[in-house]
Amino acid sequence: MNSYLIRMTVPWLCPFLLVMSIWILLRGHNAPGGGFIGGLVAAAAIAFWCFARGVEDAKRWMRVSPLHLMIAGVSTALISGLMPMFAGKPMLTALWHKVEVPLLGKLPLGTPILFDIGVFFAVVGVTTSILFSLEEFELWNRSGPS
Amino acid sequence: MEPFWAVVVGIMFGAGIYLMLRRNLSKLILGLILISNAANMLIMTSAGLTRDAPPMIAAGKETLTGTYADPLPQALVLTAIVIGFGVLAYFLTLLQGAYKSNKSENLDRLGGGAS
Amino acid sequence: MNLLVLPVMIPLITALLLLFCQKNRRLAQIVSTIGAFSLPAVGLLILSRVHEEGIQVIHMGSWQAPFGITLVADYLSALMLSVCGLVGAAVAVFALKEDMNLSREGVFFPLLHALLMGVNGSFLAGDMFNLYVWFEVMLISSFVLLSLGKTNAQLLASIKYVALNLVSSAIFLTGLGLLYGKTGTLNMADLAVQLQNTESTVLLTSTALFFLVAFSIKAACFPFFFWLPPAYPAAPAPIAAIFSGLLTKVGVYALFRTFTLIFNQDTAIFQPILYWMAILTMVTGVLGAVAQMDIKKILSYHIISQIGYMIIGLALATKLALAGAIFYLVHHIVVKTNLFLLAGAIEKSGGTNDLKKLGGYYKGYPLLAVMFLVPALSLAGIPPLSGFFSKLFLIRASLENGDMFMAFMALAVGVFTLISMTKIWMEAFWKKGVGENERRPAKIKRLDLTVTMPIAVLAVVTVVIGFSAGHVFHFAELAAEQLIAPQMYIDAVMGGNAR
Repeated sequence: MNSYLIRMTVPWLCPFLLVMSIWILLRGHNAPGGGFIGGLVAAAAIAFWCFARGVEDAKRWMRVSPLHLMIAGVSTALISGLMPMFAGKPMLTALWHKVEVPLLGKLPLGTPILFDIGVFFAVVGVTTSILFSLEEFELWNRSGPS
Repeated sequence: MEPFWAVVVGIMFGAGIYLMLRRNLSKLILGLILISNAANMLIMTSAGLTRDAPPMIAAGKETLTGTYADPLPQALVLTAIVIGFGVLAYFLTLLQGAYKSNKSENLDRLGGGAS
Repeated sequence: MNLLVLPVMIPLITALLLLFCQKNRRLAQIVSTIGAFSLPAVGLLILSRVHEEGIQVIHMGSWQAPFGITLVADYLSALMLSVCGLVGAAVAVFALKEDMNLSREGVFFPLLHALLMGVNGSFLAGDMFNLYVWFEVMLISSFVLLSLGKTNAQLLASIKYVALNLVSSAIFLTGLGLLYGKTGTLNMADLAVQLQNTESTVLLTSTALFFLVAFSIKAACFPFFFWLPPAYPAAPAPIAAIFSGLLTKVGVYALFRTFTLIFNQDTAIFQPILYWMAILTMVTGVLGAVAQMDIKKILSYHIISQIGYMIIGLALATKLALAGAIFYLVHHIVVKTNLFLLAGAIEKSGGTNDLKKLGGYYKGYPLLAVMFLVPALSLAGIPPLSGFFSKLFLIRASLENGDMFMAFMALAVGVFTLISMTKIWMEAFWKKGVGENERRPAKIKRLDLTVTMPIAVLAVVTVVIGFSAGHVFHFAELAAEQLIAPQMYIDAVMGGNAR
């Protein structure tokens, strides 16, 4: 896609998409939204950048490699699932903790939110890595063993 | 509503299988997408469709009252969509690789190396 | 109480740690080996726990069945966990020296552990949807593993494999949807309770057929086996070995689980279907193998033929038959992986798997020849190796049912298996080398200890299973008892919640 208009609007549009993805992620516990959908919106932002300015530029914009995002995400989700085990409950039991935050009042923080954040990063990582590999796929050698 | 959606699911399955039987890479993946989505629709349909009744407990009450949508099939379908999305995206990279290395979209012409 | 989580958690954590230490190959090898070896240990621990305390259940997130995610381990699950852990460890060691050849990005070991996670999860899943999810975890890892080499042949093999598995997953999902629409639950124990009381309707039978087809595709049963022979030989040795040992067997396990626990009302319809599926799977598999001249292809066809033996157990559905089939499952996983590892070793040392080009191994590499003989004779069913007893129990079960035809077919297929194994032995080991190998049998490369060690250990395990067949069969019988009387399983899962 080689349109001047798109290339110029993308750097302004994509940050908005990312903010929206985080909003979708955070409202997800009791309302439509959540880690997976938020992650897909964020991945869509990156895909948009990819289409407008090419894979290399998108990679530079992301700064972290998709694989690392994926690892970080799965690890976060795993830790949130393991936390109740240390509290003596079966895995994946939800633990909640209320934190006083100035201006906002009581903010409930719990393992489900941590899990959702993990899912968010895992989804962004997986989607973008597939996206990039679509562009870069190449065979090692043409002839197979058989 | 269910009979209508049952017919839609049937059409989706039929179209998907028809597309898969064509000897063409891009039609193959379109057929697979249709089939996997038809299966998702079938879960929703067979679990029963409810309109405008989210399974939310009203303020001041302890349990759900009246008719409400069953949340479980929605959770199942969401999971199935996620998995299907991942697998199909990966399959797309495979197909693209096959196309790039064989310069053909015809399944029959994709070198017989593996049979 | 959280013991049951370990078979899933250990591979997941290992895979993540491996991704963290991608740069340091030495560390990655150590982490992978530790992770792989802890799996059989945990499997045996679960087996002993099941032996002492009965069926183990854990409800994830403190949601009681049938509402939450439940992990269940009975004898069958625990046996499968132990054997698959053993095989996984053997393959992890076998691949130690060549993980970089398999994948330049160093993702082979993480994927191997992800595959093991999916396999273990399928054995432990207590509800149908989790079974689906674990299946998919296993399949996605296997898709990536199969296409790792990125050669054209591998690419084409994986396209067929992925497309067929996608179709089978869609069929599985369709079955799930119909089942949920009928019963409003997907917990296996709850399903068993609910379906015990409904008189069998057409909808239930058709739903069961969906599951039968979906699992038969994964298990490579008779009309649906055609994806297997092109897919497995295309993969490099360690990957083909882990696939041959585990993937189809998870399908067989799922068939066993669903058709003994959930769909056990309609035996009049399913018994004949399973019966003919078993016979045709055995026969087509073994006949396909006769025509091949490539070690890996011969072995791939034999996987199909042996899946048939396991289905016999389900088709006859007596206690002895099920126990025999479970014994066969255990024996087959060990022996088949061993043979594929051997094929890999032959390919590594001789450069090819084509029997026409091989030769002179008996002189050139006697150790390998001995190590081939044990699993090959075991596969063909020569006493006192494990394969003899597994066939013996199945044939006795069919004779007890007064079924001479089945017994005859099982014996005949055994003879053909022996022919194929003899062919490999004659061509690769006994005959003089071909071409340049003829003059210099020393051209066969020596193999590393990490390659020969797992093969030797698995060969010893085969012999041990053969000599202590009584003990292993005792466990198989206990597992079969639990399958025949699903009430134990239901009580363990549902506790007081049975409706």
